[in-house]
Amino acid sequence: MERDGSGPPAAVRDRTAGAPGPLGDGAGARPGRGGRGRTAAAGRRGRGVRDHQGRWGWLFATPMVVILGLFLVLPIGMAAWVSLLKWDGQSNPFSGAADFVGVRNYADLLTGPGQDRQLFMTSIRNNLYYVLLVVPLQTVLSLGLALAVHHRRVKGKGFFRTVFYFPSVTSSIAISTVFLFLFQGSGAVNALLKWVGITGPRWFTDAHGLVWSVLGLLGVVDPDKPVPALAAHGFLGLSWWDWLSGPSIAMCTLIVLAVWTTSGTYMLMFLAALQDVPVELEEAALLDGANRWQSFRNVTLPAIRPVVFLVATLGLIGTWQVFDAVYVMSQGAPANTTLTPAYLSYTAGFQDADYGRAAAIGFVLLAIILVMTLIQRLLLRERGGGRTARRPGARGLFLRGRSS
Amino acid sequence: MNARSTSTGTPAARLPAGGGPAAGRRTDADPPAGGGPAGRLRRPRGTRTGSPYLRTVLYLLLAGVALLYLLPFAVQIATSLKTDPDAAAHPLSLLPDPFSVDTYRRLFGLGGAGEDAVPFSRWLANSVLVTVFITAGRVFFDSLAGYALARLDFRGRAFLYQGVLVVMSVPGVVLLIPKFLVLNELGIFDTYAGMIIPLLVDAAGVFIMRQFFVSIPKEVEEAAKIDGASVFRTFRSVVLPMARPALITLTILSFQGSWNEFTHFLVATQSPQYETLTTGLAHLVSGSLSAGTQYPLKLTAALLSTIPVAALFFFFQRHFVRSANSGAVKQ
Repeated sequence: MERDGSGPPAAVRDRTAGAPGPLGDGAGARPGRGGRGRTAAAGRRGRGVRDHQGRWGWLFATPMVVILGLFLVLPIGMAAWVSLLKWDGQSNPFSGAADFVGVRNYADLLTGPGQDRQLFMTSIRNNLYYVLLVVPLQTVLSLGLALAVHHRRVKGKGFFRTVFYFPSVTSSIAISTVFLFLFQGSGAVNALLKWVGITGPRWFTDAHGLVWSVLGLLGVVDPDKPVPALAAHGFLGLSWWDWLSGPSIAMCTLIVLAVWTTSGTYMLMFLAALQDVPVELEEAALLDGANRWQSFRNVTLPAIRPVVFLVATLGLIGTWQVFDAVYVMSQGAPANTTLTPAYLSYTAGFQDADYGRAAAIGFVLLAIILVMTLIQRLLLRERGGGRTARRPGARGLFLRGRSS
Repeated sequence: MNARSTSTGTPAARLPAGGGPAAGRRTDADPPAGGGPAGRLRRPRGTRTGSPYLRTVLYLLLAGVALLYLLPFAVQIATSLKTDPDAAAHPLSLLPDPFSVDTYRRLFGLGGAGEDAVPFSRWLANSVLVTVFITAGRVFFDSLAGYALARLDFRGRAFLYQGVLVVMSVPGVVLLIPKFLVLNELGIFDTYAGMIIPLLVDAAGVFIMRQFFVSIPKEVEEAAKIDGASVFRTFRSVVLPMARPALITLTILSFQGSWNEFTHFLVATQSPQYETLTTGLAHLVSGSLSAGTQYPLKLTAALLSTIPVAALFFFFQRHFVRSANSGAVKQ
């Protein structure tokens, strides 16, 4: 959007043309002329300026080009090559010492009958339920917090905002450590639950799916005895009993952790959006007889819809990458129910020394994230929210920050 | 805030003419505020905020959620001052009994060390080292690149800018294995260079700086150029001083990012001597160091590693808020 504005217009370009070389000599003669005959000189000098600025431009951009190129672009290319190999990380992958296996790594993950696919599909199942629960919960919670904090009669806005946002700035490793302690079998969470008369589960060792556990409490199924009809048939290497199980109890702790740590950041985004909703609109709605819910539903929500979609998209991208918490809290246990594709990729490489498969998992994960983002974009465009999605641009934010 | 409440007068003035059910409801809900202009000003506010009952509910709700957000930290602090048996027996208690600073002494190697000592000082030193270098590098290189992309006219600029946008949207976790491959190939796996150099520039930082430089007026730098300053001089003595708010934001963002960085250090190193607070703590907690339960010790290490960012957060909250919102432009 701002790209067109950033290229210096001809007049400006000429003025910079008047600028002398790096050493600053000849400063006296030119400025006066440049000031008078700008437009006339523009065509003549444009070329030279470009060359002059070009050197500086590339000089300024070189560190970025080198580092991002070397450690972001090149790795992706290398990984694409390695994902076609059976490579244990010992030899040089470009020397031909590693076996070229074509797309077999991908085939093993997606169509092969073996354990690779079963593990991978388990990790997809786990992460899918994680996404399905975390994204709506964090979006609703952060919007709710933003609305409550934004409410103009609430005193201590700053305090609440600080409290809700603080977990987002701390290290994921430190927070995961705290949650590990809180959710132990005899930990603080279960102590709290005992106060209200509930015996909490052994969070990190309970591999039962949430769906079957809840149905088990209702006496519909026995979580320990898969329904034969569901267990006998399957899809992509997992039985329907496994696909439909929901997140395991252990995974629920990771879900709580994710919602708890991310909602503060998203709350800030919603707060920024809410501040831009014209108060007059909401007031007019209230005065016209709308109740609070109607005013929210018909005035506020449409106004902040782009940010709702933005938060959902960011949430979607983030939740497909859950890694740190898995590494600290569960390492995929119990019974692989907290295994995620990101963690599986890590262990495939660094524990099983199967870098080809590890890289392939990474690319499938990338494809999933891209497809999800694309779907979200399309939805966003259809609802007509795309126009304003970029509105809270950096420029506005900096200006706002400075004046506050 | 003030500007907004005065604007409420406008719709109120419309009311007598508009009448209808809305007006009827409003007067029902409002306590008789008395006639006159003062009453008329206050009325719409009453409508808006609803009953005191609703407000109480709102406060209770907010306080309850705030408690849920604070309690884990309170438990963490309390547990760091407990002994192992006390922490196991009373996980929720906020009063250590007996009160013990043993974990702190152990982490800093003051007695009670033994063979299972946690090399906390080493983690801390490593974290400080990489954070200083990465933050300095990012602030310098990001603003250079951001300025070039925003202001300097050169062939390939549009291409570079698109490249930054693409790179920024690559999910970090996908790069776990690829990064290791490159570090290994370059021979800097398991070195400080391998930990620091790849993080010296970040695309998001370049983007933030670029957006900022686009937003400031050109006239000032042009004046400097006319006065004969070179591009770099102009950048250093005219542009950068103007960019102070953006630079502060970038510094804080970089500090927080590199202090909390985990996955990159995890794949870039394997020797214990390169462990930072994040990787060291993660190894300790996930059992690689076979430390038993020892929750007070782990929670103390977690607490101490949180303190620098927490302190920064409380002093520069405004900038954190801004950088969180600048995440909004990533899309």
